[in-house]
Amino acid sequence: AGEGSESVAGDGAGPPAPERVLFPPTFSVSEIKNKQRRHFMFLRWKQQQRKEKLALKKKRKKEREALGDKAPPKAVPKTIENQRVYDETTVDPNDEEVAFDEATDEFAPYFNRQTVPKILITTSDRPRGRTVRFCEQLATVIPNSHVFYRRGLALKRIIPQCIARDFTDLIVINEDRKIPNGLVLSHLPDGPTAHFRMSSVRLRKEIKRKGKEPTEHVPEVILNNFTTRLGHSIGRMFAALFPHDPQFIGRQVATFHNQRDYIFFRFHRYIFKSEKKVGIQELGPRFTLKLRSLQKGTFDSKFGEYEWIHKRREMDTSRRKFHL
Amino acid sequence: LSPLQVVWSMLGNRQFCSYKMTTKTQNFCRNEYNLTGLCNRSSCPLANSQYATVREEKGRCYLYMKAIERAAFPRRLWERVLLSKNYEKALEEIDENLIYWPRFIRHKCKQRFTKITQYLIRIRKLTLKRQRKLVPLRRKIERRENRREEKALIAAQLDNAIEKELLERLKQDTYGDIYNFPIHAFDKALQQQDAESESESDAEREEDDDDDEDVDKREFVEAEDNELSDFEDMDKLETSSEEEQEEEEEVEEKASHSKSKGKTPLKGPARRKRPHIEIEYEEETEPSTKTKAA
Repeated sequence: AGEGSESVAGDGAGPPAPERVLFPPTFSVSEIKNKQRRHFMFLRWKQQQRKEKLALKKKRKKEREALGDKAPPKAVPKTIENQRVYDETTVDPNDEEVAFDEATDEFAPYFNRQTVPKILITTSDRPRGRTVRFCEQLATVIPNSHVFYRRGLALKRIIPQCIARDFTDLIVINEDRKIPNGLVLSHLPDGPTAHFRMSSVRLRKEIKRKGKEPTEHVPEVILNNFTTRLGHSIGRMFAALFPHDPQFIGRQVATFHNQRDYIFFRFHRYIFKSEKKVGIQELGPRFTLKLRSLQKGTFDSKFGEYEWIHKRREMDTSRRKFHL
Repeated sequence: LSPLQVVWSMLGNRQFCSYKMTTKTQNFCRNEYNLTGLCNRSSCPLANSQYATVREEKGRCYLYMKAIERAAFPRRLWERVLLSKNYEKALEEIDENLIYWPRFIRHKCKQRFTKITQYLIRIRKLTLKRQRKLVPLRRKIERRENRREEKALIAAQLDNAIEKELLERLKQDTYGDIYNFPIHAFDKALQQQDAESESESDAEREEDDDDDEDVDKREFVEAEDNELSDFEDMDKLETSSEEEQEEEEEVEEKASHSKSKGKTPLKGPARRKRPHIEIEYEEETEPSTKTKAA
């Protein structure tokens, strides 16, 4: 009943599928009660759909070629980046106000080359092996950084000591259930403090096809896609971790790439095979960060003045709205 | 047979007591007035007419006493006495309240009181230290964020982006003269000619080109990338390459394709085909202009 113009044998190995299968208009594959037959008819239907689709594509392509120059421009597919809700805090490269802000904010001494970055890396209490190893690798990647273990010391008391010893930045890696999952980056002489959620942490040994260890050369820094005002300040925070003059002999590059509010960190070694081709090889740990909050002063959870907090209810409402 | 005996022989021993918890080795009593926590004839508050316990409420300790005279009045059954905060004084208070009471109950009361004060002290000490704030994860949100991160990773096309950026920097000359690709230098030469810059630089550029071509033909290999070896080489070669130095070129002959330290994934150990020659023409000086993309 209603099987179309073909008769299908019960074992499904019926007559070979013809070129054009005719289905009467009231027929639907899902109405066949027999599972094998239904499956068979469905496959046939699927094949036919695919053929039609291919034919349509070919036709369109031919039409396009026939038109030649007069063809309408190819439709650009919509992506989330295309459809991104325009953020009014997007930084215009020529904006004077922003330039002035940046000349006078907490990173000005760094960008004026008055200070050399010196980083202190530490963890939450009682770090487990993975976090410890991650800290060590991070210390090799960031030049002029030192790892100290926090034996139950309060951050608020560490900070004045760090300032006294000329540290410019403090990184605290928070750990939960034996994996690092949070990062607090604090610029020291009363600079802003950013709190990130860290995910997808891969140590060096877990990276496939990695190269040798990162050397002591100062790497270059790439900061991608930090467009808004907030993104700009975070980008500067990251830039302030690395010394100014990268040593190009080292051919190492540290990348902070922002995509849809996720900041991907990668550490590569590159080599120019020709002027149009470059090969990169990943060394070093990798991780992803998502900004949770940005605080004006140094780390102070109770009395701090927050410049930006991620509020889920308000900020996560639209899929095409990003803040960095 | 006293009623309490009956109580014990029925409830405690044989039949069901709702406060009793049995485990493999022990019987416990869940009654809140129980002195020791075990289910025994002597520590059952139900089966003893004269009984006392120490309990704490909101950081203060009280001595509870049960007397047989009040057995008929359940509401007034347990008499409560506040104990002093001072440890020794409280012990004395227990003693004076439980004077003439069985030794067992007195002893156990004092032991219990000691334990309670110890844990109260510990609570107070811990609250002074940094408390760990536990923030619950919301499963749906975690899942959503992980998924979005994966998609963002795919959309980011990191390798392409990094390569593009590096090529951009190469084009914009941030690396100075480290890498000399013929076409690149030629383009630079064209630009220089278009801009009608000084003829000196033109001459330099042309010589640059010549050297580049020589380099490509001869295929020098710089085996080690260490700074130490750099210095060694420079010491050796300072004498031999004076001519080049006079021209004051800043050509660094560690041509990029001859570096063997950072191997690209494609050209693996096949590097060592070329002869192991270390020749360096010039001492390197870092180009002073470096721009950092922000």
